[in-house]
Amino acid sequence: MTDALPVPTNPTVARPVLHEVVLEAGRADRHYWTDLWRYRELFQVLAWRDVAIRYKQTAIGVAWAVIRPLLATVIFSLLMGRVAKLPSDGNAPYPLMVFAGMLPWTFFAQALSDASGSLVTNTNLISKVYFPRLIVPAATIVAATVDFAIGLVILAGMMLWFRFVPDWRIVFLPLFGLMAFLAALGPSLWITSVNVRYRDFRYVIPFIVQFGLYVSPVAYSSSVVPARWRLLYSLNPMAGVIDGFRWCLLGGRAAIYWPGFGLALVVIALSLWLGVTQFRRLEKTFADLI
Amino acid sequence: MSAEIAISVEGLSKSYLIGHEARAAHETFREMLVRGVRGFGRSLVDVARGRQIVQGDTVEEFWALQDVSFEVARGEVIGVIGLNGAGKSTLLKVLSRITEPSRGRAVIRGRVASLLEVGTGFHPELTGRENIYLNGAILGMTRAEITAKFDEIVAFSEVEQFLDTPVKRYSSGMYVRLAFAVAAHLEPEILIVDEVLAVGDVAFQRKCLGKMQDVAQHGRTVLFVSHNLPAVVDLTTRCLLLEKGRLTMTGESREVVSHFLAASNESLAGGDISAYRRPHRDEGWVDIQRVSVCGAPLGAAVVQPGDTIAIDIELRAHKAVDEGIVVVNLLNDNMEVVATLMSTDDDRVFSMAPGLHTIRCEVGPLPLAPGEYLLNVGASPSGLRLSWDVLNALPGFRMTGEETAAWLKWPHRPGSVWLRDASWSERTPRSPRAPGAHPEYSVGKLGGQ
Repeated sequence: MTDALPVPTNPTVARPVLHEVVLEAGRADRHYWTDLWRYRELFQVLAWRDVAIRYKQTAIGVAWAVIRPLLATVIFSLLMGRVAKLPSDGNAPYPLMVFAGMLPWTFFAQALSDASGSLVTNTNLISKVYFPRLIVPAATIVAATVDFAIGLVILAGMMLWFRFVPDWRIVFLPLFGLMAFLAALGPSLWITSVNVRYRDFRYVIPFIVQFGLYVSPVAYSSSVVPARWRLLYSLNPMAGVIDGFRWCLLGGRAAIYWPGFGLALVVIALSLWLGVTQFRRLEKTFADLI
Repeated sequence: MSAEIAISVEGLSKSYLIGHEARAAHETFREMLVRGVRGFGRSLVDVARGRQIVQGDTVEEFWALQDVSFEVARGEVIGVIGLNGAGKSTLLKVLSRITEPSRGRAVIRGRVASLLEVGTGFHPELTGRENIYLNGAILGMTRAEITAKFDEIVAFSEVEQFLDTPVKRYSSGMYVRLAFAVAAHLEPEILIVDEVLAVGDVAFQRKCLGKMQDVAQHGRTVLFVSHNLPAVVDLTTRCLLLEKGRLTMTGESREVVSHFLAASNESLAGGDISAYRRPHRDEGWVDIQRVSVCGAPLGAAVVQPGDTIAIDIELRAHKAVDEGIVVVNLLNDNMEVVATLMSTDDDRVFSMAPGLHTIRCEVGPLPLAPGEYLLNVGASPSGLRLSWDVLNALPGFRMTGEETAAWLKWPHRPGSVWLRDASWSERTPRSPRAPGAHPEYSVGKLGGQ
């Protein structure tokens, strides 16, 4: 046994900068945003994990990210373009228009449903380790961008097929991508934090996603919405995002309805603010309730 | 507060809401419906008011921690002991910032890493290599740190060959080894450890204890919760005893542990051995109900040097099990394991139908020095799987003997195994290379063992 040995203390350990933390009821807020920055590596690792496990133990793996939006595009093009004979934006081929809307919509739907359950699926982390919890839903949404990137590749392929060349407006695409990200983040934060307390929201999400597909201009162009309903219609921020995507990708032929677009920005900002405040308010109780 | 204080806790309290079901033994369908509707109504009201939903008919505020105050100096290794539900884990959760205290405050100086579980965040689909990075990041290591220590971690874990295999294919032993290897290479200023040594095989546990001792010797502050009282005595200098959420004793570890054991013995007199039960177990298979030595109640048996002892272990099987193993550790009063008895040594595994079974272990004569001995008793499935039930540090028996005179000449020599039959004589060789002398038995070799 070593009990009789003198114990050398190592003077190089733990002297210089001491990180002091005070734990008190209602005091969790103090270091939050600096902590969030300190834990950026964990954020990266969790996002990487979500990407890495996404298609593990599936037979055709990433192909799912290709098949699902493509099939939906084919169906919508046949139904809306051929059967219902709805107009496309300008002279863009109908399938191309559908896919340009499908791209942000699938990302939004995926991000919203993954992130909304993210806290509950990461129960083991939340009840055993400290870190700013905001990392979890944010990393989940980042992981959803993988499918989005694959979608962009498919889109490029479709453009080649239809011999369609986008114009200079395509440089704004990242901005609209960011807009889709923020549009998903706000509601996700709100729902995931409430979901910890009331698991009912698990049942609400599939409904929102399904319903949202019809109230967003995915299968049709937003130009078919009657003018007097247009502003009300634009309360759905994804309508603005999808219009933006089409404006970038299909060129000026898909005109943006600017008052609606402005409204979308306001709605996104508001939902983000609501989401973050709600999340921050409930965050300290997550470990106790989960 | 002096800079040499690493953790300072004042009046820390934490409460939870718990619900009770007030339900009649036999309720009719109508009563059940009424209760369901009432519960639904109350849940709606709770949701509307933004309150937590508590299942049950009456809600009670439960104080898991009450007014706990203490200080831990930098570089100190401190143990936290207490029965199940005494608030140990809650205390660690508050100190690791997982949950907020309801009252009071704690000041922590230094980078904290908490290890409330081995392998937190391990993902079964990812490979060993990937999980090292994932788990390391979750425990607060930077990627550069993990990369620097990667080879060391792999060597410690002994799973090199399976590094690129998903961990879901690992045996539970390999999984624990890999997980602990990552944790063992954390270098925080303050390390908070909960009952993590309770898993894994004995040899690996020993290795982990060694690693933790290293950590302590490098001037880091360690807060260590365990039901493994021998490990607590071994590793810590000072101990906190929690009882029902209150801090009832602080002091030198050995003293606190023996006080705790004495208090548990009192409850044992009433036949209750659940206080010794390790919480980390595979519940619902087999429970150890009673342990007796030579037919006497625990702690009452007296054993003579030449005696054979019989340890009777009464088990209740809740389900039919086969291939059960029973393990007994003998511990001396310094909480050191002196010997381990396993039913597999006698090629015995037990198949049990649901119901009561008594298993007897006869062994002797015991070459043990006079003194008090304790028992750890466990029942497990075969293989390195989680035990069904383990009782730690049960009072066992007292070893006596007429021959104690020989022992009493030098009672304070270390060691508990008394090899009585050693014979001593002088065999001085005439020359260094005389015939009959064994040159390979060099002094260095003898000293090294």
